[in-house]
Amino acid sequence: MSRFTRTNYKIYFKSKGEPMLWLTGGGMLVALLMIIFLIYFIVRNGIANFWPDPISYFETVQGEKFMGEVTKRERYVIQSSADKDEKVYGVRYLVRIGNFELTNEHFKWLKDSEIVKESKPKYAMVLERLEWGRFYGFPYKFKIGDEVIADNIDGILKNYDKYHDEMRRLWKQKVNIEKKQIGKLNHLIEKERLKYRKVELKLKKAKLSGDKGKISEIEKEYLIVKKDFERFMEWSKKEYDSYIDKIALLKNKYERYSITFKTADGREKDVKLFEIVRGYRGNDLSLMDKMGIYFDRWVEFLTDDPREANSEGGVFPAIFGTIVMTLLMSIFVVPFGVVAAIYMKEYAKSGKIISMLRIAINNLAGVPSIVYGVFGVGFFAYTVGASIDNIFYEAKLPNPTFGTGGILWASLTLALLTLPVVIVSTEEAINAVPNSLREGSYACGATKWQTIRYIVLPRAMPGIMTGFILAMSRGAGEVAPLMLVGAVKLAPEMPIDGLFPFVHLERSFMHLGFHIFDLGFQSQNSDAAIPMVYTTTLLLIIIVIVLNVVAIYIRNRLRKKFIGSIF
Amino acid sequence: MSLTLKIDENSIAKTVYDPLLENEEMIISIKDLSLFYGEKQALFNVTMDVPKNKVTALIGPSGCGKSTLLRCINRLNDLLDNVRVDGDIYLNNESIYDKAVDLSELRKKLGMVAQKPNPFPMSIYDNVVYPLRIDGVKKKSILDEVCERSLTKAGLWDEVKDRLKDNALGLSGGQQQRLCIARAIAPEPEVVLMDEPCSALDPLATMVIEDLILSLRGSYTVVIVTHNMQQAARVSDYTAFMYMGRLVEYGNTVNIFKKPKLKETEDYITGRFG
Repeated sequence: MSRFTRTNYKIYFKSKGEPMLWLTGGGMLVALLMIIFLIYFIVRNGIANFWPDPISYFETVQGEKFMGEVTKRERYVIQSSADKDEKVYGVRYLVRIGNFELTNEHFKWLKDSEIVKESKPKYAMVLERLEWGRFYGFPYKFKIGDEVIADNIDGILKNYDKYHDEMRRLWKQKVNIEKKQIGKLNHLIEKERLKYRKVELKLKKAKLSGDKGKISEIEKEYLIVKKDFERFMEWSKKEYDSYIDKIALLKNKYERYSITFKTADGREKDVKLFEIVRGYRGNDLSLMDKMGIYFDRWVEFLTDDPREANSEGGVFPAIFGTIVMTLLMSIFVVPFGVVAAIYMKEYAKSGKIISMLRIAINNLAGVPSIVYGVFGVGFFAYTVGASIDNIFYEAKLPNPTFGTGGILWASLTLALLTLPVVIVSTEEAINAVPNSLREGSYACGATKWQTIRYIVLPRAMPGIMTGFILAMSRGAGEVAPLMLVGAVKLAPEMPIDGLFPFVHLERSFMHLGFHIFDLGFQSQNSDAAIPMVYTTTLLLIIIVIVLNVVAIYIRNRLRKKFIGSIF
Repeated sequence: MSLTLKIDENSIAKTVYDPLLENEEMIISIKDLSLFYGEKQALFNVTMDVPKNKVTALIGPSGCGKSTLLRCINRLNDLLDNVRVDGDIYLNNESIYDKAVDLSELRKKLGMVAQKPNPFPMSIYDNVVYPLRIDGVKKKSILDEVCERSLTKAGLWDEVKDRLKDNALGLSGGQQQRLCIARAIAPEPEVVLMDEPCSALDPLATMVIEDLILSLRGSYTVVIVTHNMQQAARVSDYTAFMYMGRLVEYGNTVNIFKKPKLKETEDYITGRFG
């Protein structure tokens, strides 16, 4: 039949359009699978990290005895012959053995074939410690000072339950004194020092100018300030000593309580009670216990400061830094972008210049983000910031205040980075405002600004929110430029705190994205850090999602209000 | 009979006026108005006076320039690029194309109702008092009073009085258009300009609006653009027939529809072309 000649078939094939359905649908499916797999992968790896594993005790052929949590199990090829397809597989385990100060390693690979004996001892304990990572061992003695209080397992555990919380509380008191009260004192000292230094600088300048009347006048002032400063320093020294005394008192108390553990290979080790963040018997847990530990770890993760080169403890400063930085960025970028878009759409006459400007803005969105980072550190920090330092913070020099990376410069840099997104979506939103509304407003006698303010902007608000959401997502996830302009591995102080003036925009900050990078690739203890990388990534995704959901909720409410149903 | 009727441009070059017009008090007078969109001329030397407190209809086929003429009266064409206007329009004997004219002030005297209902994205109440708000009126008692009065005049008060704070976008098409009329008459303008106010509405809503226009007659001057000739016949006192940017015939509605002076007008009205 001639109907099925090749040419006819071709026409038939194209006109039918079904293959296109499969092609396009397939494209969508691939995208969908990618998203689902990404989320699944992160969630799966991130969510299991805090679940307590049982403690296994191993004896090997080599005669080693050790104990730990099996964190990974994988197949490996023992031998493969070239001529045959046959391969012989074995199983090996990655065991977290902890006790770093004794063994100098956190993890150990163990082959299936090397195991002589394996058991799950009931009384083996896991300790998460302030320092040195985890510890695995059997409780042996409970001591106060040098006096042994209990040497049987039940007694030790009873005493542990009895004293542990109190020792932790005392230790936290000490940290609080160190951080809050001594911090406050240091803040005061710095303030007084700057006051003194300012006058000193003034005197220096006056001496250079050679005006005698002025010199003597300032000299008088200088002497008064110097005396004040000396008096203040005396007082602060006393104050400081009193804090030190308090700390020593606390230390005396809590350092006396300790438990001696026996490791798997029989060595003894004293662990102070206050050092134990969390201790439990890994093989003697009910499901409820396990869930308790799991949630407790999550709470610690979300609310605590990091420990152990960020691989343990919490990420609260990073969460806080990320959110503050993102919000600051939005505060900078949204008004600026909206105003620029209003000018381009409502005021400027459309023509060559405006379309060139538009192309330039669109291209800005494609500039690699590290370029913005370089600009940010070069222009904001080292040029603008340094000038600010020279004018307002002269007394503090050579220590930079604004002349180095900080949260202000980081959010400004990201604001620049996300500006095109906001401008483009605002322009689109303004474009979508029907002209009939504008004309209606003008016909009522409204001026241009009134029309923009009362009609165009409210109506465009949902679209502007879309730009805001896109900018926020991009800003929260950006790492490269932040590394240059102020994100740090460990920030000693938060950008917002209880000390006047409460918001410290010059401070460096921690950021989840940078935290992930640092954890995964800069950490020595990478086997322990990788699970934390997944958990932190999960957290970052959740934060971005939460920020977005809030913004989308607001947008939908605005949309209902300003655009309404189409009749 | 051919479907497309040829019109001799010479025969419509000069407007035919009805002598009855001379008895009326005029509020707007358009003098020799020509308008160009770039190179294209859209209005040719239109001269017409609009009588006070009467309804004047502009009819003509699509693209004849009737909407353009209407938008010249409140200078809405100024918003477009590349528009040039020659000639002048006088409102109460004052030029509106004078350089010293404050556009906001001018437009407050000329309420406008657009072809498609264009309620603003705000509550019904805010919509009605918008012209006053932008004028700086803040006193709630005044705003409340104006809102009730305008909505009552627009015949919408009974339907919306319990939900003034609701979003105006939730109203039906006909209600939205009446809301726009209420908004147009809220600042007590001297003239209400209507640009095909019923073209997006169903017959019932159209009837309501037409009744409304009739009730406005006597207290407001209404200029209404329509290409529904029955509508023009029903609501207007005077009718102007426009064609190809020219004002062809202008006179008492009864005369225009019963015994037009020009054959072209008659052809259009009887539906032989257009």
